[in-house]
Amino acid sequence: MKKNYFSTRWGIIGTGCLIGVFAALLQKMGNPANMGICVACFERDIAGAIGIHRASVVQYMRPEIVGFVIGSLIAACIFKEFRSRTGSSPIVRFVLGVFAMIGALIFLGCPWRALLRLAGGDGNAVVGLSGLVFGIWVATLFLKKGYNLGRAQETHSAAGWIMPLIMLGFLVLMFIFPQIQGQGKSVILFYSIKGPGAMHAPLIISLIIGIVIGIIAQQSRFCTMGAFRDLILFKQMHLLSGIIALAVSAFIVNLILDQFHPGFANQPVAHNLYLWNFSGMALSGLAFALAGGCPGRQLFLTGEGDGDAAVFVLGMIAGAAFSHNFGLASSPKGIGHYGAAAVIIGIIVCLAIGFTMRKK
Amino acid sequence: MSIIVDAGGLSCPQPVLMTLNKIKEIKKGKIIIKVDSNTSKENVSRAAQSQGWDIDIQEQETGYQLTIKKE
Repeated sequence: MKKNYFSTRWGIIGTGCLIGVFAALLQKMGNPANMGICVACFERDIAGAIGIHRASVVQYMRPEIVGFVIGSLIAACIFKEFRSRTGSSPIVRFVLGVFAMIGALIFLGCPWRALLRLAGGDGNAVVGLSGLVFGIWVATLFLKKGYNLGRAQETHSAAGWIMPLIMLGFLVLMFIFPQIQGQGKSVILFYSIKGPGAMHAPLIISLIIGIVIGIIAQQSRFCTMGAFRDLILFKQMHLLSGIIALAVSAFIVNLILDQFHPGFANQPVAHNLYLWNFSGMALSGLAFALAGGCPGRQLFLTGEGDGDAAVFVLGMIAGAAFSHNFGLASSPKGIGHYGAAAVIIGIIVCLAIGFTMRKK
Repeated sequence: MSIIVDAGGLSCPQPVLMTLNKIKEIKKGKIIIKVDSNTSKENVSRAAQSQGWDIDIQEQETGYQLTIKKE
């Protein structure tokens, strides 16, 4: 039987280092500060690019996200791991995706960005990461009590191709309707002309980096939520070593590139409301753990044919639309008008899912 | 009769959780675990080995059968 070197301790550390270095370099090449790669922010930008929210500062078809799915698909095909499957409570996963995104946009970042914010010197990331761990810890209590979304079933091979094809479709749209300098819309696609959505590395570089990360992360099973969950649930350090490698390598590259600016106030694309940084990430952590993967891992799973992960991703994109259309999402000025209410509702919904969906 | 843990169709952390619960319950002996993905195979192997159980993996049409043993 072939040994998978990517899934060894050094494999996962290597994956973390690669993501950390690429994320810091992407910032240098144009991506927003402390946001070299943020899965939640970038899916939110994609929601903006297709116009399902109209926050003009966060609209861009992020090629990194497309690359993650395509890279994972390539790896899954090469290593014969592509397996179409679905049917493990897709509607619940959609709802978890929605609230995971709402929570992430209260904090302003997914777990990947929380680590990158930390590596860039943003002290608020510590608060966010604490919230994340708290949310995951709550989910482990449900897991211990038998929480389970049920078994997935094998399905038609073509079904597993749907998410990769959606992503390829997004990429094709970007080639057909490229950004026009100084214009907020290119026929059907929206492009920010200011704000974080206007900051991006060259398309081809973003896409290639996305594909490389997709290939390696699919094989190494890199997961930022799983890192804390496995530590709490099984006292296992395996995945945790990957995310430590991510933070450390991004920190070192940030130091070299003069991208490290320690402090709490006036950090890029961040606010310093401790309560909401904590509770937004707690909601996200709870939702990610109940759904079985961080937003990056969910993308990699879609590349290997997991239809349930695909529904979670679509839930996150829909969640971004809710966040901006309903005035929930935070900005550097603070949380959205209805952000607090959304976090409370999200926590109630996730707790209800945890309490009611268990097998004895 | 062998103890069988059927984790087919379940995603992580369920296969590991089910395996560790069974290990805790019987403490030593033999357990057969059925999983359907390489990820689950790797995760269950890592968990069983960390508990000092020997492992034997057989590839099957629908995934893998892991036999873990502890004397």
